[in-house]
Amino acid sequence: MTRMPTIATLGLILLVAVTPLHAAIRVVTTIEDLATLTREVGGDKVEVEALARGYQDPHFVEAKPSFILKLHSADLLVLVGRDLEIGWLPPLIQQSRNKKVQEGAAGYLDASLTVRILEMPTGQITRAMGDVHPLGNPHYWLDPDNGRRVAAAIRDKLSAMSPDDTAYFASRYDDFDKRLAAAAKRWDALMAPYKGLKVVTYHRSWPNFAERFGLEVVGYVEPRPGIPPSPSHTLELIATMKQLGVKILLVEPYFDLKTPQSVARNTGAKVLVMPPSVGGEKEITDYFTLFDYDIGLLVAAIKETGAH
Amino acid sequence: MRRPTSLRTVLLTAGLGLMLGIPSGALAQPAASAEEVEQLKSQIAALQAQVNELAAKVEALQAAPVVPAPGPATGAETAAVPAGAAGAGGPSGNLPLYGGAASRSKVFNPDISAIGDFVGAIGKSPGGGEPSLELHEAEFGFQAIVDPYARADFFLTYGPDEIGVEEAYITFPTAPGGFLLKAGKLRDAFGKMNAMHIHMLPFTDRPLVTQNLTGGEEGLADYGVSLAHLIPNPWLFLEATGQVYRGQNEVFSGETRADLSYVGHLRAYRDLGDSSNVDLGGSIAYGSNDSGPGFHTRLLGVDATYRWRPLRRAIYRRFLGRTELVWSRLDEPIGAQNAFGLYVLAEYQFARRWIAGGRFDYSERATDPSLVDKGASLLLTYWPSEFSQIRGQYRRTHRGEGRTDNEFLFQFLFSIGAHGAHIF
Repeated sequence: MTRMPTIATLGLILLVAVTPLHAAIRVVTTIEDLATLTREVGGDKVEVEALARGYQDPHFVEAKPSFILKLHSADLLVLVGRDLEIGWLPPLIQQSRNKKVQEGAAGYLDASLTVRILEMPTGQITRAMGDVHPLGNPHYWLDPDNGRRVAAAIRDKLSAMSPDDTAYFASRYDDFDKRLAAAAKRWDALMAPYKGLKVVTYHRSWPNFAERFGLEVVGYVEPRPGIPPSPSHTLELIATMKQLGVKILLVEPYFDLKTPQSVARNTGAKVLVMPPSVGGEKEITDYFTLFDYDIGLLVAAIKETGAH
Repeated sequence: MRRPTSLRTVLLTAGLGLMLGIPSGALAQPAASAEEVEQLKSQIAALQAQVNELAAKVEALQAAPVVPAPGPATGAETAAVPAGAAGAGGPSGNLPLYGGAASRSKVFNPDISAIGDFVGAIGKSPGGGEPSLELHEAEFGFQAIVDPYARADFFLTYGPDEIGVEEAYITFPTAPGGFLLKAGKLRDAFGKMNAMHIHMLPFTDRPLVTQNLTGGEEGLADYGVSLAHLIPNPWLFLEATGQVYRGQNEVFSGETRADLSYVGHLRAYRDLGDSSNVDLGGSIAYGSNDSGPGFHTRLLGVDATYRWRPLRRAIYRRFLGRTELVWSRLDEPIGAQNAFGLYVLAEYQFARRWIAGGRFDYSERATDPSLVDKGASLLLTYWPSEFSQIRGQYRRTHRGEGRTDNEFLFQFLFSIGAHGAHIF
């Protein structure tokens, strides 16, 4: 008979120990860029975790059961949208047993709904065009203005989830907005002398970055989105690059460097492994260092190669 | 003649007025009072604010995705009733046109996919085996969210010998109590291989242990209800699944309503860092067999998988090692038959489009465990894209009857449409 009270006491102690005094909103994001934007706005009122790593191809993430556990206890899921995660997120959500983060529920935030989307396909599209995104290019976070819009959407969502902290999220957003405006001015100034610079990229990850910073993407290492390089396309690309004098070749960290390097050898261009996401390199720890790193890399390469 | 002259005069006057008027206006009052300057400044500021606001609105409009207004709520199309119809007892006024509005509801059509599995075989196989050329299966998938509480998946399969429902079930992902509830025609949650559709198999064929002990080509699939629950713990992903089936498939044959079959599955998964993980499972299946009332078949299964995939090179390199062991106990009037079978396989992706694999098979026969089949296979897969695969498989099988088959199998797998992501 003495066992019952003991168990009850133990249970009570456990319950007290487990119940957090200050319940933070648990946020899971699909990529690290969305995680860092959530941290900027949410501060210490949120606990944020990203599923994919910054050096990983966000199209091909495995739907690991460990991700199911993360979604299981999440209050809010922030995703890139535009079908970027179509190959792995739906089964995770379905198996999460979490009402809050189901598609369309209050804890499901598609960050692409308020941003500027490029490369919206018009007319008939087929898979003969490769892995085209029917809803537009999903790599939109590489324009600081879109980062600001995503942060605003996150602020609104967090405020709706925790109305008592509305002022807190608003002031954190305003602070982020100010710092971002100042940083963007700096980045624009760094890139201003090179407006119209012709570059080649591996995948179509950079349309928003190119538009913002005045780069002209004149070709891709991939013959079509998601299709690996072919010899004939590589020869065409080399010819185009020679003709246009392209000296910069951007490669995302998750692609093989063999073809880009052979293209570079034939054209005198420089291969830059340029991370499109936070966490792509150790020093890229937030949204600001992402642009600092990428623009720094680009400017150094431009100076080195004399590209224009 | 008068008109052009007067027009010119007007224009000249206006031009002169503009040229002289503006600077003169600016110069004529060089000493505007500070008050006026302030007033102008505030007016400019107000205008600036308005411009900014408008610019922001334009930007927001540009950024906002173009979403066609769903549903028939907006401007239902109508057609006028022909004159005279009212007098003849017909309706009057405008009538709704249904086609136009209904066409918008096509956004609710399910994701539709079709997958073809074309297999060819070369080499002698006296016991039958795959024919020389065959459309092994055409699978059609229809998948969509039903309502805020459920989703539905239909997979219809057309093979050379049968047309059937491979799977068709409703899933309640957030059923009360944290359960994942499925109901319908399901592939049993027995081990790893059984739940896979043909196009997901790592080889062109199913292993011998499946052929001999767990239902052959069809596998274990039946009408039933499945409940799965996560067992919370700080160390690993642990999921328990319980399923109840009607008890009629290739292995079980329940005669009456009470003759159900039961499947239980426990899955444990843990990441070993970012690039590798371990996946372990235990399964049990129990039901009546065709020997008559009171005779049961019991299957026990153990599976283990190790995966490696470096994240930076995830699209170029990966390794998977897997084994499944199955123990079958079949009650028969002459006594129980105990049979055992297993497979061990490994897959290694060595380039963006190339995967090599090997498999070892061993299985006793369920009804006569003294007959043992053994096999070994080597496989090479070429992936033109994630929507098609071309495979070649060399298979050597030593049959329990004492003969040995050497065969070469090849396969074209091709899929179109929107097929839901596969289970991991």
